[in-house]
Amino acid sequence: MFSSEGFLTSKLEKAVGWARKYSLFQYPFVTACCGMEYMAAASSHYDIDRFGAGFPRFSPRQADLLWVVGTINHKMAPVLKTVYDQMCDPKWVVAFGVCTCTGGFYDNYAAVQGIDTIIPVDIYIPGCPPRPETVLDGLMKLQEKIQKSRQEL
Amino acid sequence: MADESLTLRKLRAKFADGIIETHSDCGDDTAIIVPQALVAVCAFLKQDPELDYNFLMDLTAVDGLHLQLKQRFEVVYHFFSLSKKHRVRIKVRADAKNPEVDSIVALWSGADWYEREVWDMFGIKFRGHPNLKRILMYEEFQGHPLRKDYPIHKRQPLIGPGSKGDAGLPSPPVSR
Repeated sequence: MFSSEGFLTSKLEKAVGWARKYSLFQYPFVTACCGMEYMAAASSHYDIDRFGAGFPRFSPRQADLLWVVGTINHKMAPVLKTVYDQMCDPKWVVAFGVCTCTGGFYDNYAAVQGIDTIIPVDIYIPGCPPRPETVLDGLMKLQEKIQKSRQEL
Repeated sequence: MADESLTLRKLRAKFADGIIETHSDCGDDTAIIVPQALVAVCAFLKQDPELDYNFLMDLTAVDGLHLQLKQRFEVVYHFFSLSKKHRVRIKVRADAKNPEVDSIVALWSGADWYEREVWDMFGIKFRGHPNLKRILMYEEFQGHPLRKDYPIHKRQPLIGPGSKGDAGLPSPPVSR
């Protein structure tokens, strides 16, 4: 039935990737004004549920997608790291807004200069704050990445 | 001054020795007072029935490092009277070596967190404060970040590159 060994593996991986990318359980780690924009993107008008990511969980144990929304300062950094460590694999991280990407204009004693100094980041969504369209574009880019990546089974 | 406001007139009459100078730029009454008179002046402002300053609106500080002042720090108090609808600004100076002024928490309990913030950001001590510890920065933080001589690019991360547990080598962003 299966003429070559690689055929089945490839299809399974594709199917798993498809399932994973349309079933994202997000944990919104909201600290600042970007939270408003996240809410706009998540609620009915822009309807993030269309992309299979409509169900925010407020426990990192139940989530596989960490949205870091808003400025992270040095006092908060260990908390963010703990939340990330508490999530089960496979997991993804989205840096939402320019503060999480690079620190933004908070180049000072308090702000972390990009959350990728603390945890790995899959998708960066720039903007101050990013428009909901940008957020949804970022989410679709993440889905593309999940689909294309090697699936740990 | 003939057209001096009621508050400044009463302050001058009662604390002739305690007041260094007063002014009313654009109607903002301001009195710069000697540190020893601070608690007495504040108690008078609060308790005098004609003044009735029952609301401490703000308490902050100024670092005059680059202003060539005799005394480096200035602690600024803004009071408002909810019944009389008038305001006054009180300033107290503190020197660079051991900046310390009296706490007014006993008069306005709202001063508690303000004084902790000024301690955290400027390193000015408040004599008699019930719990003078950092309020915004973490306990591991060294120095006081709003002082003008705090290095502008100095970072003190708790984790990640540049933190104490870090090897000290420039590390690229974490990637998977």
